[in-house]
Amino acid sequence: MSDAAEPGRTTLRDGFGVLGVAIRREPWIFTISTLGSLLFGALTVADAWVLGWSTDHVVLPAFESGTTATGGLVAVLALFLGVAILRAVGIVARRLGAGVMQYRMQAAYRREVTGQYLRLPMAWHQRHPAGQLLSNANSDVEAAWAPIAPLPMAVGTLAMVVIAVVQMLLVDLTMAAVGLMVFPLVTVATLTYQRFSSPLFTRIQALRAELSEVAHESFDGAMVVKTLGREGEETARFAEKADQLRDLGIRVGRIRAVFDPLLEAIPGFGVLGVLGVGVWRIRNGHADPGDLVTIAYLLTIVAFPIRSIGWLLGEFPRSVAGFRRVHRVLDEPVDTSYGDTTLGQGEAARLELESLAYSYVPGQRLLADLSLVVEPGRTVAVVGETASGKSTLTTLLTRLVDPDAGRVLVDGVDLRDLPRGELARHVALVPQSAFMFDDTVRGNITLGEDVADEDVWAALRTAQADGFVAALPHGLDSRLGERGTSLSGGQRQRLSLARALVRRPRLLILDDATSAVDPEVEGRILAGLRRDGGGPVGTTLVLIAYRKATIGLADEVLFLAGGRIADRGTHAELLARNPAYARLVNAYEEVTT
Amino acid sequence: MSAGTAMATGDEITAWQTIKRGAEISPELKDGLWGTVLLALLGTAGRVVVPIAVQQTLDRGLHGPHGLDLPFVTRMALLAALALVLTGIASYLMTARLFTTAERGLATLRIKAFRHVHDLPLLTQNTERRGALVSRVTSDVDQVSQFLVFGGIIGIVSVGQIVVATMIMLVYSWQLTIVVWVCFAPLFLSLRYFQLRLSEAYGLVRRMVGQMLAAVSEPVVGAVVVRTHAIEGRTQARIDEAIASYQSASTRAQGLTAFSFSLGGVSAGLANALVLIVGIWLGQGHLWAGDITSGKVLAFAFLVTMFVSPVQMGTQVLTDAQNAIAGWRRVIGILDTPADLDDPGTEGVALPHRPLDVEFAHVDFAYPQGPLVLCDVDLRIAAGTRVAVVGETGSGKTTFAKVLTRLVDPVGGEVRLAGHDLRTVSFDSLRRRVVLVPQEGFLFDSTLLANASYGDLAAGPDDVSRAVVELGLGDWLDGLPRGLDTRVGPRGESMSAGERQLVALIRAHLADPDLLVLDEATSAVDPALEMRIGRALETLMSGRTSVTIAHRMSTAENADEVIVFDQGRVVQRGPHVALVAEGGVYGRLHSSWVAQQAT
Repeated sequence: MSDAAEPGRTTLRDGFGVLGVAIRREPWIFTISTLGSLLFGALTVADAWVLGWSTDHVVLPAFESGTTATGGLVAVLALFLGVAILRAVGIVARRLGAGVMQYRMQAAYRREVTGQYLRLPMAWHQRHPAGQLLSNANSDVEAAWAPIAPLPMAVGTLAMVVIAVVQMLLVDLTMAAVGLMVFPLVTVATLTYQRFSSPLFTRIQALRAELSEVAHESFDGAMVVKTLGREGEETARFAEKADQLRDLGIRVGRIRAVFDPLLEAIPGFGVLGVLGVGVWRIRNGHADPGDLVTIAYLLTIVAFPIRSIGWLLGEFPRSVAGFRRVHRVLDEPVDTSYGDTTLGQGEAARLELESLAYSYVPGQRLLADLSLVVEPGRTVAVVGETASGKSTLTTLLTRLVDPDAGRVLVDGVDLRDLPRGELARHVALVPQSAFMFDDTVRGNITLGEDVADEDVWAALRTAQADGFVAALPHGLDSRLGERGTSLSGGQRQRLSLARALVRRPRLLILDDATSAVDPEVEGRILAGLRRDGGGPVGTTLVLIAYRKATIGLADEVLFLAGGRIADRGTHAELLARNPAYARLVNAYEEVTT
Repeated sequence: MSAGTAMATGDEITAWQTIKRGAEISPELKDGLWGTVLLALLGTAGRVVVPIAVQQTLDRGLHGPHGLDLPFVTRMALLAALALVLTGIASYLMTARLFTTAERGLATLRIKAFRHVHDLPLLTQNTERRGALVSRVTSDVDQVSQFLVFGGIIGIVSVGQIVVATMIMLVYSWQLTIVVWVCFAPLFLSLRYFQLRLSEAYGLVRRMVGQMLAAVSEPVVGAVVVRTHAIEGRTQARIDEAIASYQSASTRAQGLTAFSFSLGGVSAGLANALVLIVGIWLGQGHLWAGDITSGKVLAFAFLVTMFVSPVQMGTQVLTDAQNAIAGWRRVIGILDTPADLDDPGTEGVALPHRPLDVEFAHVDFAYPQGPLVLCDVDLRIAAGTRVAVVGETGSGKTTFAKVLTRLVDPVGGEVRLAGHDLRTVSFDSLRRRVVLVPQEGFLFDSTLLANASYGDLAAGPDDVSRAVVELGLGDWLDGLPRGLDTRVGPRGESMSAGERQLVALIRAHLADPDLLVLDEATSAVDPALEMRIGRALETLMSGRTSVTIAHRMSTAENADEVIVFDQGRVVQRGPHVALVAEGGVYGRLHSSWVAQQAT
C-alpha cells in the first residue's frame, strides 16, 4: 500500500478496501442497514410524489371549486403519515444497523489485536511501549471503522440518486444534463480533499499513540514524579504532544473548511444552472413549467445524498490511516513454533541444557555453549556476577525466548516440541520483581484456575504469606490494587511465590525471589521448599541466589562466568577451591549484612 | 485532611452544566464565538437562497404579467449565485474558526486534566488503573473533539436555519406557521426525556472504554507473568469481556439514539399533511384566513421542508452530543476530584536550606477505612543524623516514610520539619528539600542523562558526570559503552536492578535534599555493584539528615541511631550496639541476620 505517487487515488481505493472488509464480514447487517436506507430514500422521493399528487388532486381543486372533499383530506393525511412512518422505520434500520455493524467490526478487530499482543514475543513488546498498544487497540480501530456510520446512508442515497436521475432524464434531457454536472464536480472536490488530508491523518493517528505513550509512562511513574516535584516537567512533556496534535487538527480543519462548503454549494449551482436552462427551454416551447419544477425539486432533494456520499469519502483518510496502523500489528509474523509432545505428570522434572547459546545483541554472546544436567528433585543454585546471564537463563528455561543455538530439555523433551501452555503446567518461575493483578488475593494466586482454598492456604503457608493474608480485612477476598501497592515489597514477593507453588510445579525457578523478605522469614520459606518442594510431588529447584543462606540450601552450586558454567560443586567445595567464587560470595555477604 | 477517595466520574452534573464547566476550563472555546455564530447565520441565510430563487422564478418569472420574464429570471439567478458564493465563504470561515477554537480548547482540557492527575493525592491515584487514567486524557477528550467540530457546526447552522425558516414562514402565513410548530411540539418536549436516558447510556459507554483500556494495559505490563504461567487464555477472556461490555453499551446507546431521531420524521409527515389540510381549510374563506392562495400553500409546503431538515439535523446533533458530553464529564470529573493534600502554595513556608530536624508529635495514621497503621508515633530526629528504621514487614516503617515525606497526611498528630508543620510548607519547597528514594527505582524510557537530571533539571552532562564521580561511580559509568547516553528502556528494564538503584541515587544526589528518605531496595545485586551502592550511599548521606528504611544489618550498624517499629509503634531506639544488648524485637532481627551470615 504505497502512498507516494497519488495519495488521493490510493486513499480512495484503500478506503473502499476497508469498507469491503467490513461488508464481507457483516453482510447481513449491512444488507438490513442498506435496505433501511433504500427505504428511506425511496420514501423521500415518494414524499415528493405525494406532494405532487396532493397538489393536483386535492389542493388545487379545493381552491378552484371552493369546497373540500373530506375523503381527499383524509387521503392526504394518510399518505403523508404513512410515508413518514415507513420512512422512520427505514431510518431506525439504517442507523441502528450502521451502529451495530460498526461496533461489531470494532469489537472483532480489538479482539484480534489484543490476541496478537498476547502472542507476540517479549522482544517485540520491548520495542512497543504499552501506551502505543492502547492507542492501537482503541483509537486506531475506531478510526478504521468510522466510515461505516455514513456508509448505509451513502449507499441508500445512491439508489435515491439513481431513481431521481432517471426521472430527471425522462422529464427533460437537456435540463437534466445540466443538473448532472454536479457529479463530476463533487468527485474532483473529494479527491482533492483526500489528497491533502491523508498525510495529515496518518500523522494524527501516530501522534495519538505517542500521546497515549507519554501519558501511560507518566502515570506509571506517578510516585517518582510526585516525590521529586516534577509535575510541571511531566505536564510540559505531555503538552508538547498535545499541542502538536492540536495544530495538526487545525490544519485538517482548514482543509475540511474548504471541502464542506463546496459540497453544499455545488448542488446549489446545479439548480441555478437548471433554472437558467429551463427558463430558456420553456421560452422556446421545448419544456413545460411543470418540468422545471420537477427537475429543480429532484435536484434539491439529491443535494443531501451528494453531501452524504461526500462525507463518506471524507472519512477515508482517517480510516485508512487507522486501518494501516492496526494491520501493522496484525500482520506481524508470530514465528514461535510449537509441537505436540506432552510431559508426564508425577515426579520431579529433569532439566538438561545442551550447548545453549544466546545473545541479546548480535555478535555479543551472553551465553555460549552452556550445558548442564539437573537430576529430578535436586536443588541447584546458580551464582554469578550481574550480566553473567543468570536472569537470561530463566527466560530460556521458561521459553520466554528461544536460544540462538542448543536446546533446553525438560524430561528429555525440547521445549520447542511442547504445545502451547504445556510448559507452564510443569515449570513455574518466580521473577525478581513481583507483579500483582488488580484482583483479589485468591485471584492473584490461582490466576483463574479452579483451586481449592485449602490448597491456596497451603501454598501461602509454604511461602510464609499466610500470616499477613489472614490479617487482611477480607482475607483471600481482599482486593489488591493494580500495582499491589497496599502491600509491601516483601509481601508481594511472597504472594508471587505462592502463585508459583499452588500449581505444584515439577520444576521451580526462583530468580532472587526472597530478596525483599526478612532473613528470618526467608530461612523458613527455603526450609519449607526444601522439605516438601511445594507439594506432595517432588520439585526440582533452580535458585538464582546471592545469599549464603540461600546457596547453602542447594545440593549443588553452578558458578556462571563468561557465559558458561565455570565451576560446579557444593558450596563448601567451591568456596575452598574457586577463588573467584569465594570472592563473589564473600563480598556479597560483607556488603549486605 | 487525607484524601483517598476515588476519582469523580462527573455523573452528577447535567449536560448544561457540563458545557458550562467545559467552557470555563477551556476558555478558548468562547473565543470569537459571536463572530462564528454570525458567520453561521450568514451561511444559513444563504442556504435559503436557492429555494427562494426557485419559488420566485415559478411565481413571477414564469407566470408574470407578460408571460416568461427572462431578465427577471436572469437577475434572480445571478443574485442567487452571488449569495451562494458569499455563503460558501462564510461557511469556510465559520468551519475554520470552529476547528481552531475546538482544537485549542480541547488541548487545554487535556493538559489540565493530565496535570491534575499528577496533583491528586497518592492514594487517589492508586484507586484508578493506569489504562483507565490514560483513557480519560485521550479517548474521552477525543469524543468531545468530534462533537464540538461537526456537531457544533451542524448544531449552530440548524438552529439558524430553523429561525430563518420560521421567520420566512411567518411572512407567508402565521396560521400555518403555528400549525407546523404544534406538530413539532411533542418532539421538542420528548427531547428532554431522551436526553436523560441517553446521558446515562453514554456515561456507561465511557466507563466501559476506561475498563477496556485498563484490561488491555494490565497484561502488557505484566507480560512475564502472563506468559510464564500461560494465562493468555484467561487474560484474553477478560479483555474480550471488557470489549463485549463496551460493545453492548454502545449498541444500546445507539438504539436509543436511532429511535429518538426517527420521531422527527413522523412529526414532519404530520406537519406536511396538516399544512395542506389547514391551508385548504383557510382558503375556504374561514376566519383568520388572510389572503391564502393555492400558490402560497404550495410554497409553504416547500418551506416546511426547509424547516424539517434542520430540525432533524438538530435532533441528531443533540442526541449525538450525549456521547461527547459523557466523555467531557469524565474529564471534568478528574478536575473536580480534590487535588493533593492542600498545597499552601506561595503562602506556604519555605524550608531553610540546611540539614533538617524531624519531629513526630503523637502521629497516628490509617488508610481510609482501615485500622491504624501508625500508632502514637512520637519522636525527634536531630538534624544531620543518620537514622535507620527497621521492623518486620507490615510494622509500619514504609508508611512512616510516606508520612514523613507528606505523600499522605496523618489522621492525628503533627509532623514537623525544622519546627514547621508539614502541612504549612509549600510543596515547591518540600519537594526540593526532601527527597524520597523509593524501593524500586522507576526510570523513564530515555537516557541515563535524562533520568539522572530529573533530580535537577538545570543539570547538564558535566554536572551529572561530576555527581557520578562524587558518588564514587566513575568507573561504573566508564564501563558503560554509551556512557550518559545509555538508554535505560521502558521502566528502566534494560538495566539491572542494581544499576537502576545507582541511577536513582545519582538522581537523588543531584537533587541535593536536606532530608533524604531512603526506602532501601532489597533486590539482590552483584557484590561489585553492591559495594558501589554502599559507597554512593555514604557520600549521599553525609551533610544531611537521612532516614533509611533498612533491610540490611550493615545499614543499621552504620547508622547513628536505629528506630525499631513493631505493629505501628516505636518500640526501641538507640545505636545498634545498645539495641543488640537490649534484645527484644531488634535482638530477634539481629539474630536472624547473623544466622544468615554464618552459613
